[in-house]
Amino acid sequence: MLAEQATGRAQDPVAQVKPARARPGALLVGLALLAAVMIAGLLGGAADIAPWQVVLQVADWLPLVSVDSGLAPVEQGLLYELRLPRVLLAAVVGGLLAMAGAGYQGVFRNPLADPYLLGAAAGAGLTTTVAVVLLPDSAPSTPVAAFVGAVGGVFLAYGLGSAAGRNGGTATLVLAGVAVTSFLTAVQTFVQQLGVEELRRVYSWILGDVGGGWEQVRLVLPYAAVAAAVLMVHGRMLDVLAVGDEEAGALGVRAARVRFVVLLAASLATAAAVAVSGLIGFVGIVVPHVVRRLAGGSYRSVLPLSLIGGATFLVLADLLARTVIAPAELPIGVVTMFVGAPFFVAVLRMTRGTAT
Amino acid sequence: MIRAESLSVRLGGRDVLHRVDLHVHRGEWLAVIGPNGAGKSTLLKAVMGVLDHQGEVAIEGRPGHGLKPRERARLIAYAPQTPALPPDMTVFDYALLGRTPYIPYLGRESRRDREITAGVLARLGLTSFAARRVGELSGGERQRVVLARALAQQAPVLLLDEPTTALDLGHQQQVLELVDRLRTADGLTVISTLHDLTLAGQYADTLLLLAGGRSVARGAPADVLTGPLVGEHFDARVMIEPGPGGRPVVHLVRGGT
Repeated sequence: MLAEQATGRAQDPVAQVKPARARPGALLVGLALLAAVMIAGLLGGAADIAPWQVVLQVADWLPLVSVDSGLAPVEQGLLYELRLPRVLLAAVVGGLLAMAGAGYQGVFRNPLADPYLLGAAAGAGLTTTVAVVLLPDSAPSTPVAAFVGAVGGVFLAYGLGSAAGRNGGTATLVLAGVAVTSFLTAVQTFVQQLGVEELRRVYSWILGDVGGGWEQVRLVLPYAAVAAAVLMVHGRMLDVLAVGDEEAGALGVRAARVRFVVLLAASLATAAAVAVSGLIGFVGIVVPHVVRRLAGGSYRSVLPLSLIGGATFLVLADLLARTVIAPAELPIGVVTMFVGAPFFVAVLRMTRGTAT
Repeated sequence: MIRAESLSVRLGGRDVLHRVDLHVHRGEWLAVIGPNGAGKSTLLKAVMGVLDHQGEVAIEGRPGHGLKPRERARLIAYAPQTPALPPDMTVFDYALLGRTPYIPYLGRESRRDREITAGVLARLGLTSFAARRVGELSGGERQRVVLARALAQQAPVLLLDEPTTALDLGHQQQVLELVDRLRTADGLTVISTLHDLTLAGQYADTLLLLAGGRSVARGAPADVLTGPLVGEHFDARVMIEPGPGGRPVVHLVRGGT
């Protein structure tokens, strides 16, 4: 019986089956979509600018290229000073959150893990609220406060989880994250009620905002680059972790060490994203799952495609946030949930039974 | 080839394994038998080095303590009793995990890694399954896929924890024959736990009987599978007959304890 099956296909099997990796085709489609959405984001409902003019203008901004887009200096300024940083920030934040989500899901071997699971959001929420309420004149310090809070929240959860569970078990970590999140949220609500006059500012931050301008883009980029690079190279290791710590150990992998590094990188990504954009939910959980459904479950493809997919999703969400009730704006966090949830359900239904 | 001295494991304040010695020659098949909770799986995990233990393990004359995890994984391959099979992973990718000890930490697999994996799949008759998802396989196919991963490690020592669990008669025989053939062809040293005493006696050269975490008997199948030993340590009433090749066959007798 064994022999029969073996002779079934006698051609070179190495050439037939390729290991799971992001296929160039999938990456290209993803990047093309992202580019299209970013151009649309730059256009953003403006009346007198044609899409091709935006494309020419983007080309003109590139180094060593000079093209006449036919846009007036005022329009160019609008694009460069307002739209471009906004689109870029949305892309960076979306990519970071989605990638961090994929990283957490791999580390915890739990499809429900997301960037906010480990107390990152609650920590950032608390420190930002404290900064807004206690130092109302210090608007520029908000990102710093959020960053400190996000990192602090994650470390608190990780410390408690490691102390409570031997061998760094994942369930204990998740439970510690839930406990830390509840506690920090309670404290945050308390502080927020102390300074009722600042409630509006706190809420607008909690619901997310990518309109921070070039300053915020520059602030987030170094952290984004480091976090994304570290996460990206750990795809194969996360695939090994999928067989559990003990078997990973039998394959010569120190699971606890891999988990710690990926956790650190994912938390850095989350903290950086939260610091410049507030709390934008649903990206970290929806995007990796959609990617998994469409392109398979290996983290070697889930991580890069989540980066692209998350960027695309958030640029699109921001575009909707700006245009749906123009000239007013919706908080972007509302859009991600409003659009994300039904989209997620649709993808789940469409691909039912093909992947988990 | 593989030697363990005075292996002890304490879990939750209990001696799960107490001063067990192990000595297996190159090309030998040692079956670890014993009642539930005797410490069979624990012994394998301790030898594998994935469990905190006391005592010395030496693999090919090299002390286990001095080995880095990757080096150890090139010397011992381990197929657990209930492997975690990521349902989305393809059979090829799963077997390729066995190459992990040879792939740099942040690197990717080489063509050689893929060739070795494909070769192992072909040997186990799994070539036509290569692109299938692990979650879609039957019990027997799964067992072979797990074996493929262990063989892809190209380690001289193979640890198999209950390789025949949940398999029907034919598939049990298929897997054990396969291990036996590989052992002869590649000179592998095999240490397996086996629930089925008759099967253990049929395939292994040496049996090690564990009870309550201690080694209570070891030797050729005919010396270990005796009425008194089995009766005492398994708390069962059995009849033992000489079987093919002088290897004993163990029957349960109705109306036992």
